[in-house]
Amino acid sequence: MSNYTFIGIFIVVAIAFPIVALAFAYFIRPKKPNAIKSTIYECGLDTIGETWVQFRVQYYIYALIFVIFDIETIFLYPWAVAYDKLGLFALLEMFIFITILFVGLIYAWRKGALEWV
Amino acid sequence: MEFLKDLFVNIGLWFSGWLTGFMPAWGVEVVTGFLGAIILVFIGLFAVLILTWGERKVIGRMQDRIGPNRWGPYGLFQPIADGIKMLTKEDIIPTGADRWVHLVAPILVIIPAVLIYAVIPFGDGLRGADLNIGILYIVALSTIGTISILMAGWSSNNKYSLLGAFRAVAQLITYEIPLVLSIITVVLLTGSMSMVEIVENQTVPYMVSMPLVFLVFMVAASAELYRAPFDMIEADSELIAGYFTEYSGMKFVMFFMAEYINLLAMSGVIVTLFMGGWRFFGLEEILPFLNPFIFFAKCAFVIFLFWWTRATFPRIRIDHMLGMAWKALVPIALVNLLLVGLVDKLVEGTLLTSGVLLIVNIIEMVILLAILDKVGGKTRAKTMERVAAQQG
Repeated sequence: MSNYTFIGIFIVVAIAFPIVALAFAYFIRPKKPNAIKSTIYECGLDTIGETWVQFRVQYYIYALIFVIFDIETIFLYPWAVAYDKLGLFALLEMFIFITILFVGLIYAWRKGALEWV
Repeated sequence: MEFLKDLFVNIGLWFSGWLTGFMPAWGVEVVTGFLGAIILVFIGLFAVLILTWGERKVIGRMQDRIGPNRWGPYGLFQPIADGIKMLTKEDIIPTGADRWVHLVAPILVIIPAVLIYAVIPFGDGLRGADLNIGILYIVALSTIGTISILMAGWSSNNKYSLLGAFRAVAQLITYEIPLVLSIITVVLLTGSMSMVEIVENQTVPYMVSMPLVFLVFMVAASAELYRAPFDMIEADSELIAGYFTEYSGMKFVMFFMAEYINLLAMSGVIVTLFMGGWRFFGLEEILPFLNPFIFFAKCAFVIFLFWWTRATFPRIRIDHMLGMAWKALVPIALVNLLLVGLVDKLVEGTLLTSGVLLIVNIIEMVILLAILDKVGGKTRAKTMERVAAQQG
């Protein structure tokens, strides 16, 4: 059997599984909503102000560093798979590549981008 | 006797042979595919039942309690009782919530968790699919979970949920990098991303030859699974329950199940990558039907390690935790990758490579401990100075 056929079938089953479970619960569970019950749980107090607050730029910087390193790993995967077939030159090249990234990490570190304030 | 020797594979072959008798080839493919998929989903479900009971029992014993002991022998039916209770709970959608996103998030969290089982090899020939990009498939799937967590936190219209989701996403994406970098080290030695080939190439388990890589992977994995001491997401004393504060009933169960399905999947990945999967000192050749049992026994061992860490260590503060990933694990993983590449190029022969790798890893660990000791000492001295200055 083709491996990707199985993955296709498995995706269908995996999507069906939570939907069936939730649908099953939908027919069993009680439904008695009221205004107090559906208030937001915040230890008995009403929420003050808007919930969807502006978030700090810190999160954005974190995500940015993550993207840089994630793309790096995507470059590393094909290199790792073909490593046995490549010469010493490939190792040297990757050494330079990782060194540049390392410098970038140290730069971010020095700039304080890695501090969670 | 020949049939019993490789019991599970032979049952599969017999079944598909039986179907071929009265079905076209594509029909056999679809039916066996569906059955296989359903079996894999049930492995996940069974894992949820056993692991919830096991965790409560083990943690209970470690904290000098008994744990669940009322319903069934040793409280073994406790998870079933919990499940029935959850099933009959009302579904509450908070006022002002984004209804559709609130509904989709628990569905989306469980799909990637289940899909990981497709490529995990439980034994020789016992796997859903042998993709040649197996491990990349797992890495890709594990990122989808992050999106559903942000969806759950954002749609709940609750500040605690939102804060929990932000923290969760920061933690997940940060620890993803050391995790993926450790996987690359294994891929580099194997020369393949297929899970089956990774197992077949491990004459010496990578856990033995590269203990430091294994350690980095374990730490990153326990952060990815929100296991303690990295359970910032469910820091109940600060965030109530984090991103699923506003979920009840079956939707809550989805998040809960995803966590435990992921736990078994991740320990399966650890067993495959570092502990030699279904192999156990040649026993897999003599009695092939033991393969899945060996695999699950190793999984149980890894999961026990996770529980043990949970019972031992207190929760780490979030800035310390994220700092550890960026300032310790990522540099270690990068240096490791280069050293492993160098050793792999310079040394010939499997056993010799493993030996050299082990020595290199041990030297690395010693240097690392020295650096950590120095840095830690400096930080401690600074803190003491500040405290002394404050006290006047």
